[in-house]
Amino acid sequence: MSLTVDSVTKKFRRFPALNGASFVAPQGSFVSLLGPSGSGKTTLLRILGGLEFADSGSVRFADLNWLDMPARTRNAGFVFQQYALFKHMTVADNIAFGLRVRPRNKRPSNADIQKRVTELLALVQLPGLEDRYPSQLSGGQRQRVALARALAIEPRMLLLDEPFGALDAKVRKELRADLRRIHDHAGVTTVFVTHDQEEAFAVADLVAVMKDGRIEQYGAPADVRRNPRTPFVSEFLSA
Amino acid sequence: MTNFSNGRSGSRRRSFLKPTEDPLWLKLLLGAVTIGFIAILLLLPLALVFKEALAGGLGGFWKSITEPDALASVRLSLIAAAIAVPLNTVFGIAAAWAIAKYDFRGKTFLVTLIDLPFSVSPVVAGLIYVLVFGMQGWLGPTLADHDIHILFALPGIVLVTVFVTFPFVARELIPLMVDQGRDEEEAAATLGATGFQTFLRVTLPNIKWGLLYGILLCNARALGEFGAVSVVSGHIRGVTNTMPLHVQLLYDNYDYAGAFTVAALLAMLALVTLALKSLLEWRYADELAAAHRH
Repeated sequence: MSLTVDSVTKKFRRFPALNGASFVAPQGSFVSLLGPSGSGKTTLLRILGGLEFADSGSVRFADLNWLDMPARTRNAGFVFQQYALFKHMTVADNIAFGLRVRPRNKRPSNADIQKRVTELLALVQLPGLEDRYPSQLSGGQRQRVALARALAIEPRMLLLDEPFGALDAKVRKELRADLRRIHDHAGVTTVFVTHDQEEAFAVADLVAVMKDGRIEQYGAPADVRRNPRTPFVSEFLSA
Repeated sequence: MTNFSNGRSGSRRRSFLKPTEDPLWLKLLLGAVTIGFIAILLLLPLALVFKEALAGGLGGFWKSITEPDALASVRLSLIAAAIAVPLNTVFGIAAAWAIAKYDFRGKTFLVTLIDLPFSVSPVVAGLIYVLVFGMQGWLGPTLADHDIHILFALPGIVLVTVFVTFPFVARELIPLMVDQGRDEEEAAATLGATGFQTFLRVTLPNIKWGLLYGILLCNARALGEFGAVSVVSGHIRGVTNTMPLHVQLLYDNYDYAGAFTVAALLAMLALVTLALKSLLEWRYADELAAAHRH
């Protein structure tokens, strides 16, 4: 049930975004993709989510040929930097969306959906906000709702694209700790994109430092910090 | 420099204006120009249309309106709009969707093409269809052999109306949808929604105000189009005359009361459209604001 990313490449027009990125993440692990902007980390994440298509390479998750599946059937919860909440829906409707669009025979009853929304709001520590609209929430609250929405579909994988990038330092720290708690509670394989090394090292089991569409170094945070393998990594970490 | 030193040392009691505040005389002048302009160019003619239409009293108004040729022109205009507006609504959504959500070569060119009916004179638009479907045109003889009538009949009128009102919905939606980006649609896809579910539950609610506005504008223009329809209609009284054409015909025949009555009816349809739009804006002001605040 592990995630195996093997030599994935991707070009936009002529600009290469990914130059053969590979890593293996054990089931239930928390991986950070860390790197400067333009290093290909968001592209790799979007390929994992089915929002972008790889030119070559393969991704296997459990027994699934991951890249052959459309985003819709991957059941991978995605959290966007700019929240991407449905702004015309209440918080409850946002969270319930993934359950309501299921085919009728797999759709939970309205009562079950409501129960699930209440549970998830408690999990992300926003109890009682069911009837608010996204515009009535702070940035941190919006991202908590987005996280609850992604968790509602009981995802096989959780993908987060700089989820705290638009938030201030204090809120970032709170959310980071909550994310780790939620990950441990749900046990779902998580890939987290950030350019903030402190964040990456604080939250992840495994860190992949990226540069120019490749993974420069991959390992446990302590190992990467102690033994930077390339000049780029040591320079990036000391910055 | 003199102004500056005056302001500082000269009259100490002088009240300073806020940086964004203009002097009173300028405010009054701008207000007067705007109101005068609107009054002379918009309100006065409109009022005159209704005054002339009611010159013969309500009875005369009713008589002119229930006259068979006038009724036929109303019916024809409504039918043409009822076909053209839904077509351009579907087209406008499709075009805006393609332009806003996908990247492809020639996108700018496509946007320019959609704008074409705005820049082409409606008379030219009408002539294009005469060239294509007329007896001297490309398809005319073939169509005549099969007894299909495009020109001087409803199909021709609908075609030119579609052409002329082509950009309204698309133009309204494209900037809106480009501005909204793809984030919400992408989120919907990762949550398991099909393309159709995404459109119905995410895209459509986000564009409904722009869409409605575009449809209203499209409808107003479809009912009011004169030039292009004039070229292809053949002006057959009671058969291929739309309301604007009928106004012209009555006016040319010195039937001023009749002309102004139909004109008043046309103006009323426009005013209803406007009222409808204002009503919706007022009724759903909160939702509108919520959609824009994000």
